[in-house]
Amino acid sequence: MGVIIEQFPLYVSGFLTTLRLVLIAGVLSIILGTIIAAFRVSPVPPLRLVGTGWVTVFRNTPLAVVLFATAFGLPEIGVNSSYFVFGVLGLVLYTSAFVCEAIRSGINSVSAGQAEAARAVGLTFGQSLSLIVLPQAFRTVIPPLGSVLIAMIKNSAIAGAFGIGGDLFANGVQLTSAQGYSAAGVLFGVMLGYLVLTIPGGILLGVLERKLAVAR
Amino acid sequence: MTRSSTPMIRMAAVDKHFGDLHVLRDINLEVDAGQVVVVLGPSGSGKSTLCRTINRLEPIDTGVIEVDGKELPEEGKALAGLRADVGMVFQSFNLFAHKTILENVTLAPIKVRRMPKGEAQTHGLALLERVGIANQKDKYPAQLSGGQQQRAAIARALAMKPKVMLFDEPTSALDPEMVQEVLDVMTTLAKEGMTMLVVTHEMGFARRAANRVVFMADGEIVEDASPDTFFSNPTSDRAKDFLGKILTH
Repeated sequence: MGVIIEQFPLYVSGFLTTLRLVLIAGVLSIILGTIIAAFRVSPVPPLRLVGTGWVTVFRNTPLAVVLFATAFGLPEIGVNSSYFVFGVLGLVLYTSAFVCEAIRSGINSVSAGQAEAARAVGLTFGQSLSLIVLPQAFRTVIPPLGSVLIAMIKNSAIAGAFGIGGDLFANGVQLTSAQGYSAAGVLFGVMLGYLVLTIPGGILLGVLERKLAVAR
Repeated sequence: MTRSSTPMIRMAAVDKHFGDLHVLRDINLEVDAGQVVVVLGPSGSGKSTLCRTINRLEPIDTGVIEVDGKELPEEGKALAGLRADVGMVFQSFNLFAHKTILENVTLAPIKVRRMPKGEAQTHGLALLERVGIANQKDKYPAQLSGGQQQRAAIARALAMKPKVMLFDEPTSALDPEMVQEVLDVMTTLAKEGMTMLVVTHEMGFARRAANRVVFMADGEIVEDASPDTFFSNPTSDRAKDFLGKILTH
């Protein structure tokens, strides 16, 4: 366990890199997932097809394969960027499919009369979705969306394994393999780092859920 | 009956199926500006569907529907524009659950008509005053009684200054003691010259406020007459049967 105290700065920097990774990927996943969900419920058949295709591909591909494709596939076709960006990209592509389905379940929970009333007063499809349906959908979506985001935080370790470098997981690997610390102690520290992210994250979502709950 | 050149609502040879069910059969109906038409009929006769086709919440199979001389456009911006001119009141109110009563009334004028917020609020408050619920303006729909919610829904539709108002069984989901307050608002509207198509079971309202009664059965318009004629001298057996059932108790 001494490793945690001895190498505390390395843990902190790993924690901060992971935090940056999951914050960026989380926000982008929610935005992209919401857009894909809008596609899936849109009245335009080609958009629905794109939405369904997106979910089918990224929900059914192992994350490691998606990350392999972004980290090693993209440079092969001439797209060059840092491993951090490729890691974010892989996580966002993968997570957006799950965010989409969580949000779509929320959209389906809003009564059809709400969307009908919105259309009847002259709102366009986009306005009716963004002003009436989605704000109500987000309330019921917080618990499943929370699970998706917590899974994403843990999945960020896989992105770390693909060589983002400097994140919690990668630093842990470095401490055991390059510096020879015992795996048990190192991993305990790594695990604590992830818990510091996921447990307050879950509490925050609970608070948000109670705050958004309004009588209807 | 005086006829202006273009009727406010015109339905010609309209047919619609729900799967095997033929819900609307060769519907021909014209409603002139300022007229109040009440649609009566047994449940399942297609009267709600007819009401909902007029702003294309239900698409039709064949035929033509025109509002103020313009044929209903396909789904999209143009249809949204037309719906803005056609007020609709639902059986289940459908007030926006996450918005206050005042926000419900001002949302569409602000977002669709691009009315400045202050102006929309002044106008909205005046409408809430008119339907008697201005003191509820900051509450959420779930905090109001059914009658109050339905009056708010009428105010929401009126806020768009519609050319015509559609009422789809507006009092059917209400407790009996709240029916009158909603009918009073509708009667006032009718007196003020609003063009209205009202699907209802309220015979008293039909007698008092309607210019015409349209009786539907099995997806067809069976009778189209003045309320006096319809209630005292129905010509079809189906109308006689229907009136016999509802007027005896």
